[in-house]
Amino acid sequence: MKYQEEFRNSGAVQRLLAEIRETVTRPWSLMEVCGGQTHSILRNGLDQLLPKEIRLIHGPGCPVCVTPLVAIDRALAIAARPGVIFCSFGDMLRVPGSDKDLFRIKSEGGDVRIVYSPLDAVKIARENPGREVVFFAIGFETTAPANAMAIEVARQQSIRNFSALVSHVLVPPAIEAILSSPATRVNAFLAAGHVCSVMGTWEYPPLAEKYHVPIVVTGFEPYDLLAGILACVRQLERGEARVENAYERAVSEQGNLPAQALLSRVFTTIDRAWRGIGVIPRSGWALSDAYRDFDAEHRFSVGGIVANESPLCHSGEVLQGLLKPNQCPAFGKQCTPRTPLGATMVSNEGACSAYYNYGRLIAAEELLCSAK
Amino acid sequence: MLSEVEFVIEQWSCPLPLRDYPRIVMGHGGGGSLSAELIENLFVPAFRNDDLEAMADSTVLTLPAGRIAFSTDAYVVHPLFFPGGSIGELAVHGTCNDLSMSGARPLYLSASFILEEGLEMKTLAAIVDRMAQAARDAGVRIVTGDTKVVERGHADGCYITTAGIGVVMTDHPPAPSKAKVGDVVLVSGTLGDHGMTVMSRRENLSFETVLESDSAALHPLVEAMLAASGQVHVLRDPTRGGLATSLNEIAQSSRVGIRIDETALPVRPAVASACEILGMDPVYIANEGKLVAIVAPEDAERVLQVMRANPLGHAAAIIGEVVADHRGTLVERTRFGATRILPLQIGEQLPRIC
Amino acid sequence: MCLAVPGQVKEIYGENGMQMGRVNFGGIVKEVCLAYLPEIAVGEYVVVHVGFAINKLDEAAAMKSIRTFKDLGLFEEEFGELGAFESS
Repeated sequence: MKYQEEFRNSGAVQRLLAEIRETVTRPWSLMEVCGGQTHSILRNGLDQLLPKEIRLIHGPGCPVCVTPLVAIDRALAIAARPGVIFCSFGDMLRVPGSDKDLFRIKSEGGDVRIVYSPLDAVKIARENPGREVVFFAIGFETTAPANAMAIEVARQQSIRNFSALVSHVLVPPAIEAILSSPATRVNAFLAAGHVCSVMGTWEYPPLAEKYHVPIVVTGFEPYDLLAGILACVRQLERGEARVENAYERAVSEQGNLPAQALLSRVFTTIDRAWRGIGVIPRSGWALSDAYRDFDAEHRFSVGGIVANESPLCHSGEVLQGLLKPNQCPAFGKQCTPRTPLGATMVSNEGACSAYYNYGRLIAAEELLCSAK
Repeated sequence: MLSEVEFVIEQWSCPLPLRDYPRIVMGHGGGGSLSAELIENLFVPAFRNDDLEAMADSTVLTLPAGRIAFSTDAYVVHPLFFPGGSIGELAVHGTCNDLSMSGARPLYLSASFILEEGLEMKTLAAIVDRMAQAARDAGVRIVTGDTKVVERGHADGCYITTAGIGVVMTDHPPAPSKAKVGDVVLVSGTLGDHGMTVMSRRENLSFETVLESDSAALHPLVEAMLAASGQVHVLRDPTRGGLATSLNEIAQSSRVGIRIDETALPVRPAVASACEILGMDPVYIANEGKLVAIVAPEDAERVLQVMRANPLGHAAAIIGEVVADHRGTLVERTRFGATRILPLQIGEQLPRIC
Repeated sequence: MCLAVPGQVKEIYGENGMQMGRVNFGGIVKEVCLAYLPEIAVGEYVVVHVGFAINKLDEAAAMKSIRTFKDLGLFEEEFGELGAFESS
């Protein structure tokens, strides 16, 4: 694929690795915020190629994994209703709620459908006027414009049998939550490139300044990730703490203005619980009052459903780099990839899940992919 | 693509008694005259052979001397027709391939159909026609069968189960437990073509592509490989779950580690692109006309040349080796020289957003 | 977040009052919503996530990096290899 394959060029990757090795003099902990970046790092084994001074702390994983238990329980309750067609992105189907996942609901007779685009859910609503079609609108700022547009289209075209169960999460407040913990060991952040494609980079300078951390907007290909890491290391070695854009081909300072305009109309900022991490102030989007008619939470009266996150889960500490996954008492016992308690085990790329899957090799080859 | 399928379906000229029933009705599975008409006017003319035409409750076969391989598989696919094939070809090729992975030449198949009430007769005819053609091309006979009809809504058009019998062509039949440290891993061609083709036709995922299913019967390739080397230790056809699943199973069965090399894996650019869009990995995508072979190192190059000389293996490649480390585990050497584990997946890969 | 891929706009059209298009991703063509890029033109590259173009791909910025690789002689066999199955 053009403009993708070029950034997997192994010569360019090796050259950046050499530059990183030449630049680094002290240990640094960097966090990649986005699960997509973690995926690419593990997929390509980049963490094994970095000098030992650089420790990558994998962030919360992906929006699917941090979607709070209560949102999933509400989704399950709606999806189980007769007459409902429940539409979701594919990666949400295996994420467990308190006692089931969407696959289980489907096997019990729920009409659960995988969609690629939120507009597909609107199309299903148009084609099934006698059915209630509910779309599970989750994601970070990257996905929010697509979800907002689906809701806007339903409103404009008066597709009354469409609604959305909204549980959006926002990246900058999560970064701030991690930074504001006195115990945090994160020295610099790779900001999520595609979130910034939508939102721009203007949200980050206050954070970089307040907590004196470099924040480098980073892409997803091996070259992009290493370019982001190199920029972080350069800043750290010089004692700088700036926002830098290492993903210029897809990110501008202002971001996508038409998208931001619709987002501010459709959504309103709220406090949001992150799975296994807890409530982060002003870290989520819910539907604004003007779109309340399309809010599945109200339409199906599931707002009363509550769920308790497991007290056994320590994923918040794992995320701050305070705990290695296998130091958690629940690791591999109550908490496994099939029975995950928190975001870091739900996601294939989450630190705990990666540790679990790769553990077999660690003994044999010291191939320690999660946290060095 | 639809027009191509419709063309195939339209080509079928209906014998008179079937024309009265443009769709399958419950009676076609009832064992009465409607069932008989379906057999006489559709299945027998398509599959025509002496063994089938005896029309007994079971077919009596004379088998060649030697060891017999026996296998069965059920076929469900949505949509029933896709670029490069249909459920009909899959039902023949899949069971033939299961037999040939034990070093057997497939000889006879059975075919059982579960039909959904309301299935268009011309669709069934087109499936049967494709099946018959695939069997002729593969040199196997469909010698016994059965048909049941379930009520509308209780099945997805048509399900087929085939069982097959083959005669083992070698004194040392390959088996998943026979991989040895030092052996070489080969694959017969590009990965993921079938799975991505079918995915491209799924509702809500659909995309335009020139991809075609790779569905094919592989025993001519296997025969050539076994003739070239007595040390083909393992053969598998990496269908559901793709290459990585087959290699994981071999690693566990043989208690060895397997290491493959990312840069050696043959993947078509269109499959790679579709994987990027959907967040999938070609090593986990289904194939229907590919095999993975584990061969003693001294014979690997010879087997590779034989594979490449065969149309079924022209894009064959050496992709890795069997190692003593990390027993039971499949790892991939990435293009940057790092290592990643390719674990067994919990279920089918799903399109992901992150 | 996250899984977004670059593709080239092949065609732009309106559907139910919304700007849509067909985008080519390395041989795979998909319908994509272009509503958030009102200025986009056929031939330009976009970054697509869940069926939506979230931003235009800045080809000049991309080429700047790629030219650096080329100047350093870093483009090797990897690119030939990719095309190997195109014709097969």
